[in-house]
Amino acid sequence: MNRLRSAWDFGYDFVVGDDWRGAVVIAAALAVTALLVHLAGVNAWWLLPLGVCAALGWSLRHATADRGRRRA
Amino acid sequence: MNTLPLTLTVFVACVVEAVEALTIVLAAGLTREWRSTFQGMTVALVVLAAISAALGPALTLIPLGALRLAVGALLAIFGVQWLRKAILRATGHKALHDEAGAYLREVAAAQSAERRSGRGVRDWYAFTLSFKGVLLEGLEVVFIVVTFGSNQGSIWPAVIAAAAAVLVVAGVGIAVRAPLAKVPENAMKFAVGVMLTSFGTFWGAEGAGVRWPGNDAALLVLVPVFLLVALGYVLMLRRAGRPTSHPAGVLSA
Repeated sequence: MNRLRSAWDFGYDFVVGDDWRGAVVIAAALAVTALLVHLAGVNAWWLLPLGVCAALGWSLRHATADRGRRRA
Repeated sequence: MNTLPLTLTVFVACVVEAVEALTIVLAAGLTREWRSTFQGMTVALVVLAAISAALGPALTLIPLGALRLAVGALLAIFGVQWLRKAILRATGHKALHDEAGAYLREVAAAQSAERRSGRGVRDWYAFTLSFKGVLLEGLEVVFIVVTFGSNQGSIWPAVIAAAAAVLVVAGVGIAVRAPLAKVPENAMKFAVGVMLTSFGTFWGAEGAGVRWPGNDAALLVLVPVFLLVALGYVLMLRRAGRPTSHPAGVLSA
């Protein structure tokens, strides 16, 4: 059980890293892109770049706001 | 068209990870024992080579669309992680990765550890420290090499770039016998973050079924766009202030 837990922790840390927000937004943007392309016939090439920029901004905002709150 | 930027990205990513691995190997070798340190390093390199050899052919069995979707998503996530850290360090919101400090911490831990030998290894502490350091720092590079190679149809340019980076860092490390504290690690992390994010976005969207305007030429737009967005975040955070540590290079403070 401990080994499974360690493997899960290692995999999570390797893929997701310090902040899950980036991974969640990118996965969601890719899923919505695939739905738009395959179900609605929209060539949504713009969605993932926007999602990536938003993911980075959200993650940075969270990281810097957190530090601000901890110091206050 | 993508081979040169891909090769350069692998080279720089590998230099960053190799510098961090070198710090650990030097701490183990100089304070404990070189033979066990080299044994640990060699075993880790063999494991990394075996993972590459197994993963490379396995990835070619996956249909290209599904492969690009999965690999693109992972590379974009890695890219955002690298960029996030580089931006936080560039704006003083996260402490710089200090190779000299990391070296001193590893040395202190290595000096206080017990010495145990057996099974052909004189010092298991030096072996394990060096093995773990090289393996953990190398895994991300292996992933980047294998995924870049499988998407390009040939893994060799990426393998050669990674090997060249290891040789350069090892050569300089042997020459100076000290951690490479002067390497502009944060600026390199920033550049790799932009490239991983760009290629990840390009391949991930293609895997999801998108047709990029201009096909491969879209990458020539994605790279500067992500670079400008990341630099914009650096400027915004610097203007917002409240840094907690000394800012690192990217935009010199």
